[in-house]
Amino acid sequence: MAKLHVSTTINGEPQEFLCDAEQSMLDVLRGPLGLTGAKEGCGTGDCGACTITLNGRIVCSCLMLAAEAEGQEIGTIEGMAGEELHPLQQKFLESAALQCGICTPGVLMAAKALLEKNPDPTEHEVRFWLAGNLCRCTGYDKIIRAVMDTAADMRAAR
Amino acid sequence: MDVQYVAPKTLDEAIRAFAAAAGSGRILAGGTDLLVQMRNGIVSPGTIVDIKKIGELTSIEETKDGGFRIGAAVSGMVLREHPRLSKVWPGVVEAANLIGSTQVQGRATPGGNLCNGSPAGDSVPAMVAAAATVTIQGPNGRREMAVEKVPKGPGRLNLEPGEIVVSFNLPPRAKGSSDAYLRMIPRTEMDIAVVGCGVSLTMDKGTCTAARVGLGAVAPTVLLVEEAAKALIGSKLDEAALAKAAAACSAACRPIDDKRGTIAYRTKVAGVLLKRTALIAAERAGGK
Amino acid sequence: MSTTGSTKTPETANDNKWIGKRTIRPDGADKVTGRAAYAADTTMPGMIWGKVLRSPHPHARIKSIDTSKAEAYPGVKAVMTAKDIVNFPIDKSVMLGIQDMRWMCRNVMAREKALFAGHPVAAVAATTEKIAAEACKLIEVEYEVLPFVIDVEEAMKPDAPILHDFIKYKDKPSNIAGTLEHKLGDVGEGFAKADVVIERSFRTQPVHQGYIEPHACLVSVSDGKATIWSSSQGQFMVRAMCAYLTGLPQNDIRAIPAEIGGGFGGKTIIYLEPLALILAKKSGRPVKMTMTRGEVFHASGPTSGSYSTVKLGATKDGKLVAAQGTFCLQAGALPGSPIRGAAGCAFAPYDIPNVHSFGYDVVSNRSKVAAYRAPGAPIGAYGVECVMDEMAEALKMDPLEFRLKNAAKQGTKAAHGPVYPRIGFVETIEEAKKHAHYTTPLPKAKNGKLYGRGVASGFWFNAGGESSAQVNVNEDGTVVVITGHPDIGGSRASTANITAEILGIDYKKVSVLIGDTSVIGFSNLTGGSRVTYASAMVVTQSTEKVITQLRERAAKIWKIDPDAVVWENGEARPAGDNAGKFEPLSLGQIAAQASATGGPIGAGQQLNTTGAEGGFATHVCDVEVDPDLGIVRVLRYTAFQDVGRAIHPSYVEGQIQGGAAQGIGWALSEEYIYNKDGKLDNPSFLDYRMPVSSDLPMLDSVILEIPNPKHPQGVRGVGEVPLVPPLAAISNAVYNALGRRFYSLPMSPPKILATMDMAAD
Repeated sequence: MAKLHVSTTINGEPQEFLCDAEQSMLDVLRGPLGLTGAKEGCGTGDCGACTITLNGRIVCSCLMLAAEAEGQEIGTIEGMAGEELHPLQQKFLESAALQCGICTPGVLMAAKALLEKNPDPTEHEVRFWLAGNLCRCTGYDKIIRAVMDTAADMRAAR
Repeated sequence: MDVQYVAPKTLDEAIRAFAAAAGSGRILAGGTDLLVQMRNGIVSPGTIVDIKKIGELTSIEETKDGGFRIGAAVSGMVLREHPRLSKVWPGVVEAANLIGSTQVQGRATPGGNLCNGSPAGDSVPAMVAAAATVTIQGPNGRREMAVEKVPKGPGRLNLEPGEIVVSFNLPPRAKGSSDAYLRMIPRTEMDIAVVGCGVSLTMDKGTCTAARVGLGAVAPTVLLVEEAAKALIGSKLDEAALAKAAAACSAACRPIDDKRGTIAYRTKVAGVLLKRTALIAAERAGGK
Repeated sequence: MSTTGSTKTPETANDNKWIGKRTIRPDGADKVTGRAAYAADTTMPGMIWGKVLRSPHPHARIKSIDTSKAEAYPGVKAVMTAKDIVNFPIDKSVMLGIQDMRWMCRNVMAREKALFAGHPVAAVAATTEKIAAEACKLIEVEYEVLPFVIDVEEAMKPDAPILHDFIKYKDKPSNIAGTLEHKLGDVGEGFAKADVVIERSFRTQPVHQGYIEPHACLVSVSDGKATIWSSSQGQFMVRAMCAYLTGLPQNDIRAIPAEIGGGFGGKTIIYLEPLALILAKKSGRPVKMTMTRGEVFHASGPTSGSYSTVKLGATKDGKLVAAQGTFCLQAGALPGSPIRGAAGCAFAPYDIPNVHSFGYDVVSNRSKVAAYRAPGAPIGAYGVECVMDEMAEALKMDPLEFRLKNAAKQGTKAAHGPVYPRIGFVETIEEAKKHAHYTTPLPKAKNGKLYGRGVASGFWFNAGGESSAQVNVNEDGTVVVITGHPDIGGSRASTANITAEILGIDYKKVSVLIGDTSVIGFSNLTGGSRVTYASAMVVTQSTEKVITQLRERAAKIWKIDPDAVVWENGEARPAGDNAGKFEPLSLGQIAAQASATGGPIGAGQQLNTTGAEGGFATHVCDVEVDPDLGIVRVLRYTAFQDVGRAIHPSYVEGQIQGGAAQGIGWALSEEYIYNKDGKLDNPSFLDYRMPVSSDLPMLDSVILEIPNPKHPQGVRGVGEVPLVPPLAAISNAVYNALGRRFYSLPMSPPKILATMDMAAD
């Protein structure tokens, strides 16, 4: 079985891996690359738990072939914090915006992309941006508040 | 059998690879349908042809006559970010951006939406209403086809073996023209359309002078509803004209009962959406 | 004010340092960075993959299974069928908690018959997932396809296909697998006294718990001893059930609780663990198994669909005098629907002298139900609270006033047995009545949209049960607490709050861990709204024992009597001047001298806790209806709940908000849809429509703290009762908007439009 060789960048670091043509990015992240922060909740792009960034845009890694990563920039939850947590991560902790936590990496990746694009989103905009990230624990209330509060903090800090 | 993945840089290479794979080839654009179908065992491609490295398929171009050429592999989000397209064709852009989540909008393409062959694809009724054509290229050359002629039935297309949809062509706009797309879904996001309705029209001093209506998810393929357009043309989009157009939409429906909606529901809602969509398009076109 | 606009702030209600504070959960950083290890994230050297072959038929006798081709397939390391699982004969019940091992052994793998489409028939372990899946296709199963029955009403008919010949009702083979009855007074006499009697029938569809993490496990067997990493609501349940089903003694099984990605009751039983264990034993390799989302929907427990009838009688002045309810619940393929929750909780919020509540447990060819948040209670409350709304209207009373007039309080005798101690139900109604949500007028109809408001109340039993804890003081004066309950929603934070409070030390000095089955004593499930309640009791007693030791150590250092030492603000101090003059000793100072003063400091406690007492809630909901499309959107939602004491208010609010959101899904969009072939037609998050973030408004929670007199911190269970009122609250709001009552869930757009069109004709 000939595997494909893929050279890519993950969280700013060059990375190479071998994969099957039909293998999803999610499978490669969670398997050979050991980046299990992206979760498989559905495998069909309906829950957002596997959200990563591809050249800065959020995508469901279950709906992307690993082979498509060739020459691209991938971002995962493992790359979100520097020496300190990202303000969204910190706010999620302070606001109890997670319960079981399985949706949290995907929600954070999506929320970060939103705030990079729109630093002052309305509640409506946050809710529709995050509509592809299912959460069954929180009823979304604390998640939406945490994203909006972080946006306000980040605007104030600028 | 091992699956092949190829990402050609030119259209000719893509067509060669696709033709060589014969029936086992699959085009990968956004992948948001293909990967789900592969996972569910509905398709098992021998060769996956990724068309996102081909310039012509991933670019948007405003033509000299004021029309647009949209590469089949452009994502909904890139459509939305185009400075001019949203102004001229807001209905097409909003339809393409209703497909799936934010994550999916960054990937899903109008070409994929059309070639998936689902009667419920959101961008298709809007493209039909817009009188869009597609440029198709295959081993025997290029041809153009009206969007509404592409689907043959659920999951089936009027394409010859080896043909690839290259781009969508949106015609130039007369003054006072605009379009809109509305769909009915049970939730606010993340559902497949139970009914989708695209309306494109031209208004002149409060009178509708041209119109096209596309309906999705109410028949085996997306419908161009000419009777509904006729009811709108020449009217001031008054209640009587809208009711007549709505009735024409309901009459055109040949829906099924399924987990997403009933025959009675789809038939009624097609009319309700026509009225609402026409009014939004007219408002955008400069008002009644 | 707290983060939720209208929430009262328990932290201002007392002078506690940590209890009632919104501390940061101990497991939080791992969860926001992707480092937390859930079951599917675990790997082992040499690990192989297990896959399940499932029945395509909803009902079929299994005549033979030939696994030889699969076994011969390259890469396959083991194949198993029901033959490899301990058989519990159908004539003798073996109970583990509420689960009967007769049913469990048949649920994890079909034995005599496949009882639903998706029922496991065999399993394969192979070097890759792909090979395992391919090998499953090579297993040849000869089925004798049998007639099937899906719906509860059909299954109760005399000529329905029978699932189990051994189940008899009134001496005849039947799908009615059990009944339950609660009686109080005499309903005949009661209804005779009533001025108004209203009787209605209701239907609900099965809904899934919808946890985002599919079931997953990794099992290694070495030298006959098994180690299980899995996602469950109870590692001790996993151990006990695997012991039963594999024949291994419990000491040869170590069940390690992975982080769990949601359960809501659905992970209080096992599916994959015994299969992976058997495959691991046969193959000699660690075996990992995960379900796809499709498998989760097809084969793990939803909660029951139902058909119920509720009849209420009241006098003109608004006093309920009689209540009768019949609740028929789908159990799925094997007995065990939550009729106790439906029939027991239905009338529990009210002081009604004459009650007759009856439940039927009905099997049909669907996946076996599993617990779901207040199992059965939302079904019971749905009917009762809708009829309460109609009754209030008939009596021309405000619906909250009507509830208040009939509300159960201390001393009320409930039909399901207890005489209530101090409870806070009345307070939930009173708070709702005066809350700005209820006193603000609804928007007027505009742009063709209609608006409505509904209210409903609910009750859940709550639970105590077995819990164990160990509190150890480290050499540097920090503290480690170990409990035995998987933490799904922040319970480690609550445990840390309590420990820090009692010891009088900084919260950050307390670490809280969930012990596996070989580390900590038996602890019952994370379920029944019991974890914070029960673990608080054992943690409190363990910590108090530690304080006794700390006083003894200080006494030893000071060479005085331990009774002359008190523990205050995290320090040992002489009890008074007579005790002698000594500088206080901190926890750190005492810990540093532990070896010299008698050895390590630490203590545990194990209890079968009692006194949980019921939880009550009242919800208010505003909806907007688009009558031309039949779409209902919730615009505003406020939940009022007596929680006893909120140990960590954020996670209490989170439970209330999460429950309300699940209720909104149940009421409006979630349902199991079966096709004519008896197969589930919507096994995906695309078509099983759980609310997404843009579907919901902010969900306000008003926490009321009427302390439970039987608990050291006053805690009442919190997690389940929030799912009890929403179905009726939303239903009543839709009625208020449209003037049409709906007696069937979900209130999906086609159903709303069909009902409206019927009214127009």
